Amino acid sequence: MPSQPSTTSSTSSAAAAAFEYAPAPESRAVVDIRSSYGLFVDGAFSAASDDGSFKTVNPATEEVLAEVAEATEADVDRAVRAARRAQDKVWGPMPGRERAKYLFRIARLLAERSREFAVLETLDNGKPIRESRDVDVPTAAAHFFYYAGWADKLEHAGYGADPRPHGVAAQVIPWNFPLLMLAWKIAPALATGNTVVLKPAETTPLTALLFADVLRQAELPPGVVNIVTGAGATGAALVGHPGIDKVAFTGSTAVGKRIAREIAGSRKHATLELGGKAANIVFDDAPIDQAVEGIVNGIFFNQGQVCCAGSRLLVQETIAEELVERLKSRLGTLRVGDPMDKNTDVGAINSSQQLARITELTEAGVAEGATRWSPACDLPSSGYWFAPTLFTGVSAAHRIAREEIFGPVLSVLTFRTPAEAVAKANNTPYGLSAGIWTEKGSRILWMADRLRAGVVWSNTFNRFDPTSPFGGYKESGYGREGGRHGLASYLIEGSTY
Amino acid sequence: MSTTATGLSDRSPADVAESARSVTGSTSLDDAAWRRFLHGLPGVDRVGADGRAAMLGTRSIKTTAKAWALDTIVRMVDLTTLEGADTPGKVRSLAAKAVRPEPNDASCPSAAAVCVYNDLVPVAVEALAGTGVKVAAVATAFPSGRASRAVRLADTREAVDAGADEIDMVIDRGAFLSGRYEQVYDDIVAVRAQCRAGGRHAHLKVILETGELATYDNVRRASWLAMLAGADFIKTSTGKVSPAATLPVTVVMLEAVRDFRAQTGVQVGVKPAGGIRTSKDAIKYLVAVNEVAGPDWLDPDWFRFGASSLLNDVLMQRNKLATGAYWGPDYVTVD
Repeated sequence: MPSQPSTTSSTSSAAAAAFEYAPAPESRAVVDIRSSYGLFVDGAFSAASDDGSFKTVNPATEEVLAEVAEATEADVDRAVRAARRAQDKVWGPMPGRERAKYLFRIARLLAERSREFAVLETLDNGKPIRESRDVDVPTAAAHFFYYAGWADKLEHAGYGADPRPHGVAAQVIPWNFPLLMLAWKIAPALATGNTVVLKPAETTPLTALLFADVLRQAELPPGVVNIVTGAGATGAALVGHPGIDKVAFTGSTAVGKRIAREIAGSRKHATLELGGKAANIVFDDAPIDQAVEGIVNGIFFNQGQVCCAGSRLLVQETIAEELVERLKSRLGTLRVGDPMDKNTDVGAINSSQQLARITELTEAGVAEGATRWSPACDLPSSGYWFAPTLFTGVSAAHRIAREEIFGPVLSVLTFRTPAEAVAKANNTPYGLSAGIWTEKGSRILWMADRLRAGVVWSNTFNRFDPTSPFGGYKESGYGREGGRHGLASYLIEGSTY
Repeated sequence: MSTTATGLSDRSPADVAESARSVTGSTSLDDAAWRRFLHGLPGVDRVGADGRAAMLGTRSIKTTAKAWALDTIVRMVDLTTLEGADTPGKVRSLAAKAVRPEPNDASCPSAAAVCVYNDLVPVAVEALAGTGVKVAAVATAFPSGRASRAVRLADTREAVDAGADEIDMVIDRGAFLSGRYEQVYDDIVAVRAQCRAGGRHAHLKVILETGELATYDNVRRASWLAMLAGADFIKTSTGKVSPAATLPVTVVMLEAVRDFRAQTGVQVGVKPAGGIRTSKDAIKYLVAVNEVAGPDWLDPDWFRFGASSLLNDVLMQRNKLATGAYWGPDYVTVD
């Protein structure tokens, strides 16, 4: 597309005077944030054994939201014991149809309290309220609804006539989708009869702690779900605890590898959902306007802090220039700022550490010779912010084309043939997701057969559905979450006939 | 009128034809050439287009932005009556409402135009003389367009001769759907010539009747065909076919006018018509204009609403915003 002609109508400037969206902030009054939170163990909140705590802040303002207890090894031990008791005495023996009732109740409570959860998620995480309201919270409720339906049908799931739970699951989740990742982990675990000790990320513990209140409302028996807050040491204590039967981790590949080494040779089963460097592949016959939207959604959704983000744009050379121009004008309309404003498209980066990493990798991109571009946007003066960024002239050898940035930074590369697109897309240690944009159905199938990625989206990106399995190839991890496949990670195949 | 309301110099028929040849890359402009060009336009993925429209619909327009939007919507309304039962009295009453939609509030702007059938143009012209509110006439055997070209051109000529400022023509959907693109193009060119005949200059709005074109690919193709034939506006619907205007269809057309200006330098307006009844819906369209085509289109010269009941809802919302209380429907006139 040629650039806009400079001489447009004389009325244009007058008309352009106009449509400034007034601030439309969501009210934070819908949620009560307590000044401090304890650990949720055996159905009750309690302080850490050494009274230790840490602060969680609103990344958009750096305001301290609450003090949260930091679980020690002793606390983790108490939580694991409570989970074991609940598994032995209550949850394990309970018929699936009864477990389902609790899950349905939790799903309904999440839906009923969705506004509260959305506001709290946005305050604690920095993501736009539009996303927490329209994606995170409804999808989390949908996961509970979906797995509630499986709880009494496990013998028909394809894992033998009498599949059994592992026992106690240690679940460590990341900060990018705090409540949604909690749902991905807890819903299948409970449906299959496991009990849970969950550790939310240290920068985003609040929705998990509010979730404890949902469990209280649902009258879930004590000890079935325990929530221990803390940082890396708490997570390590949990994963390393000898009373754990199964580990489910979502987070960085580095930590995932450490966990795999740690539990090697033990009886613990594990599923790991790790990093990604997904290719979003656009052919010259793609539906171009929708492809632009898909690219934007692929990398700027949740500020790009998404393990399956489409961070490498592979575009066919014939339309590369035109597509980049269109992408730039679209980025110019992204609304960056206050995450609580209902019209915000791009919010705050979750933490100063993450901001530092994004900044470091972006600077490496410039140093290696790629061309950096961002739309004009005013970033707030406090909080952690990074403007949507696009790199052109990226070579496959650049760090920004190889390493997971986990931020709103898109690297644009080109290809000439479908085979080259596949080769470049697969040329990464990761393999979590990929996107294909073309109007040619046969090519979509041909590509999908060859892409080494756990999820392949065609003519869309970043779509999540509880019925669909999600997980990685290669260093993006192993095991699947979601769908019937997500049950497998929490079951031991049974052979009683 | 010898120039458009925007003061833009008009494209001559030769310019239009030259631009069509250059954009399509064909000197012949026959069906084959049109098919090559129109079917070579990028496709529209329905799921993605619907998703984009739905996302734009979530924008929250409040306080000052809402006040601006409501006034802008009033200024963009083509207040329409297209009934078999229309009378001069009804048209005069509609004209009065278009000029002063809110008689007790001088700050309330006038509507853009009054849109009527051909035979009532003289009544509307008389009622609106000197007010700045335009007279739009539906012509070309509206709404089906099923008449010979001669009849459709005569229909147009009559409306223009009677003083219509704007002509809302329909395309021959049968011809379009059977791939006779040259015929559709020639029709539009011929109607446009009637709009410009005898030193007159009536604005030409080309109604695609997107409800009958069915696919978004067809909407995009028909938009380009109409723009290349010299349309001043492209318009979704007659209002006589369901579905009439939808937000995703309008988004596809806004993308078309945006791309057309980028390629040719010529700006074309967009008019969704039919089915937009509430302020809330209309504001979603304004958001789409703002974010898809851009602020240059946020003006009655470039964006219109074809509507009859929308205006009353906007007036009630306007009052609510000003006073904090809703009017009952008895406080706005039924026509």
